[in-house]
Amino acid sequence: MTGGATDTVARPLLELTGITKRYGDLLANDDVSLRVAPGEVVAMLGENGAGKSTLMKVVYGLVRPDAGTVAVDGRPLDISSPKDAMAAGIGMVTQEFSLVETMTVTDNVALSGTGLGRVDRAETRRRVVEAMERVGVSLDPDRLVGSLSIGERQRVEIVKALFHDCRVVILDEPTAVLTPQDVRALFETVRRLRTAGLGILVVSHKLREVAEISDRVVVLRRGRLVGDRVTATVRDEELAALMMGGSTDEVAAATATPAAEPSELEAAVGMEVPTDQPAASATTTAASPTPGTTTGTTTGTTGEPVLRLTGLTVSRGGRDLLSGIDLAVRAGEIVGLAGVSGNGQTELVEVLSGTLPVTSGTLEVDGQDVTSADVGRRLAAGLGRLTEDRRGSVVPQMSVEQNLVLEDLPAYTRRGLLDRKAVRAHAEAMIERFDIRARPADAVATLSGGNMQKVLLARALARRPRVLVVAQPTRGLDIGAYRYVHQQLDELRTEGAGVLLVSEDLDELRALSDRVVVLFRGEVVGEMPVAEASPDRLGVLMAGGGSS
Amino acid sequence: MKFVLRGHEPRWLAPVAVLVAVLVTLALTAVPIRLAGAAPLAAYERYLVTPLTSTSGLHEVLLTATPLLFTGIAVAIAFRAGYWNIGAEGQFLLGAIGTTWVGTTFTDLPAPVALPLGFLAGAAGGLLWAVVPAWLKRRAGIDEVVTTLLLNPVALLVVQGLLNGPWRNSSSGFTDSDRLGSGFDLPALIPDSRVHWGFGVAVVVIVVAGVVLARTATGVRIKAAGQAPRAAEFSGVDVGRLQWRCALVSGAIAGLGGASQVMGVQHQLTAGISDGYGYTGVIVATLGGLGAIGVVLVALLLGDISVGAQNVSLVLQVPAQLGAMFSALLLLAVLSAMSWRRYRLQWRPRSRSGGSR
Repeated sequence: MTGGATDTVARPLLELTGITKRYGDLLANDDVSLRVAPGEVVAMLGENGAGKSTLMKVVYGLVRPDAGTVAVDGRPLDISSPKDAMAAGIGMVTQEFSLVETMTVTDNVALSGTGLGRVDRAETRRRVVEAMERVGVSLDPDRLVGSLSIGERQRVEIVKALFHDCRVVILDEPTAVLTPQDVRALFETVRRLRTAGLGILVVSHKLREVAEISDRVVVLRRGRLVGDRVTATVRDEELAALMMGGSTDEVAAATATPAAEPSELEAAVGMEVPTDQPAASATTTAASPTPGTTTGTTTGTTGEPVLRLTGLTVSRGGRDLLSGIDLAVRAGEIVGLAGVSGNGQTELVEVLSGTLPVTSGTLEVDGQDVTSADVGRRLAAGLGRLTEDRRGSVVPQMSVEQNLVLEDLPAYTRRGLLDRKAVRAHAEAMIERFDIRARPADAVATLSGGNMQKVLLARALARRPRVLVVAQPTRGLDIGAYRYVHQQLDELRTEGAGVLLVSEDLDELRALSDRVVVLFRGEVVGEMPVAEASPDRLGVLMAGGGSS
Repeated sequence: MKFVLRGHEPRWLAPVAVLVAVLVTLALTAVPIRLAGAAPLAAYERYLVTPLTSTSGLHEVLLTATPLLFTGIAVAIAFRAGYWNIGAEGQFLLGAIGTTWVGTTFTDLPAPVALPLGFLAGAAGGLLWAVVPAWLKRRAGIDEVVTTLLLNPVALLVVQGLLNGPWRNSSSGFTDSDRLGSGFDLPALIPDSRVHWGFGVAVVVIVVAGVVLARTATGVRIKAAGQAPRAAEFSGVDVGRLQWRCALVSGAIAGLGGASQVMGVQHQLTAGISDGYGYTGVIVATLGGLGAIGVVLVALLLGDISVGAQNVSLVLQVPAQLGAMFSALLLLAVLSAMSWRRYRLQWRPRSRSGGSR
């Protein structure tokens, strides 16, 4: 990349060039190039699964890329372990700290750098205090780490990086576990690091944070770098749209330093819309937005509500995770639920699945009140579920056939015993119908992500649910499985079932949904027919622009 | 070199793994047997083969295996559900206490009433001892490994307390309980042998447990709850309740073992009523792959070794503890070998080691 913004800085401290990493069919990183200059804070935004962590692992020597180079201070490095990365001046503060709770701050900081020889404790302590002063961290160097708060521990980790004379500090989701006060303290520390001339890379999916501390924002989506913006001039909604994949001309026009060519962006988006999909009304309307006609079409083809949430509220520890959600999904429609992750989608899916209790409000499936019903009764009422947590939905060591009947065991019981023939026949039928590449007796743990998702899809659809709740149904899937899942959801709608589609992928939402609902901080902040759901409008709502 | 998850387990793998483990065990135990001044081959023959070559030897093997069948299947049921009941020893003892109580209180009952009552009291005793840890686990999430384990010595103290106090033998004054009423004597299962009907009850319990575990919806749910509790919960299995029930059933079956030992062998409560059967039950269950058939095979094998060990120590003048050492090494070897059922070794050049997950 030869952007204009990079001209202002002399020589990048950290430079990634063409990093590519492939896991099977999945491109975790696709030709990612990135620079961090001295005294610059770069934020890397991206939804879960966008490839951020893989990229960080590459930089830190935990994963070896298939192609591309990492250079520090212009020197290409052969980083194959965190030790190499540290030696090259790269420090990383991960979400999980590697601190010994029963040791003091000083000992923890010194620990990673000491060999087997003698340790000059007084000297070490002096250097630790000095490193802390440099970044304005005030901690008692003799306190036990076990007695520190999470925020303080994080600061110890940062001091650790400085202690090793790191020049580039990578902070991976640094605010995920912090209180607001700790976040302020962290940002102050980051500013000090910048003043000291270090290069800082903050990985995050929180727009607000990024706006507050970074100089530049890069956006990663499906393994590709899809945006590189100067923080001061970029709007939140533009970033939200970039993260979730809705690229518009406006967005492209507003770019100061486009990292990827606009044509590349369009190509990426074009590829993700299934082309072999049966001509569904939603796809057509999404492709050719003609306001006015859409509303009529949507209500015309749909029937009675098969899922209805009324004032649904979920609180935990005095905090509302979901507050007063009113939402209906009618027979024969797909309702898309948009939102930046962490705004209540996961909780909504858990509540519907029956694994998180409702605090107040009601929940109906096909006219039956299932607010406090257990999983079995919800399934009997006609609910189907496909959550983002695939591994938490199957028993990995159990066979494909047993996993397939796990939710429906009584139906396969004859005179008290499991009807093995029926179980096997069901598995064979499902394997055939859903094109699962496995034998009935294979352990599910050995299946690929796509095949595992097909097993779950088969289980969810086998009982012909009236409404299907799906979350991130295509995350991590290759293009073939991606299309297949979309096709199945579309068929389900054609057969007259309702679908609630939760996704962090705007293209997916816009390609499949009839209506789109936006969730922000646990509340519904917008609802519109898909034709009106432009990436820009969704971006505004997802960034909180629509809430009072 | 690294472990890779197996897609499909070949049929020959499990028997081969066990065979390898047995060979490794034989090789390792040869050293201490030599040090004890005996010939390893002769010792092995007496450990494993001699007990099976005579009718009386076979009877002794069945008799020795009987308590292990109870504790083995008890532990297997709990472990399958993901409830780590290490307390079969205590539950066994409480079962023995329960049976002794009814047996010394209602001494005049005829056998058709006395025997079922004796087993019932044993099951109740074992269940009682299992309730507290199971309840703590369910209500407060307190780790059952610790609570069940710690209750074992407590159970032994209860036995000793009873034998030193209220239940001290009324005629001899020894620290053994009075003899149970004659109606409580389990008849011989095989005529002219010490093999009693406790063995038959054990086999019935194991067959029922085996069918439930392997062939019913409940069995699938138990397996799911044990292997992936979150996924089981997602699929509508009430994991907490299932584990609670399995814990109680496990305790009750261990208690039946105590009942069987009191009514079939000792006919009174003694401080040595359990020869570590509850702990050995953990070995039996684990080696047996937490399945009914496995439990039967391992219980018989350990019975064989244990009968053989007595023989070896008599004939070859080596310590009887070598038998225990043999069993323990076998456990370690088999468990190590069994990891090959799920994983296979993959050798790959160093340069590519960072290349993929």
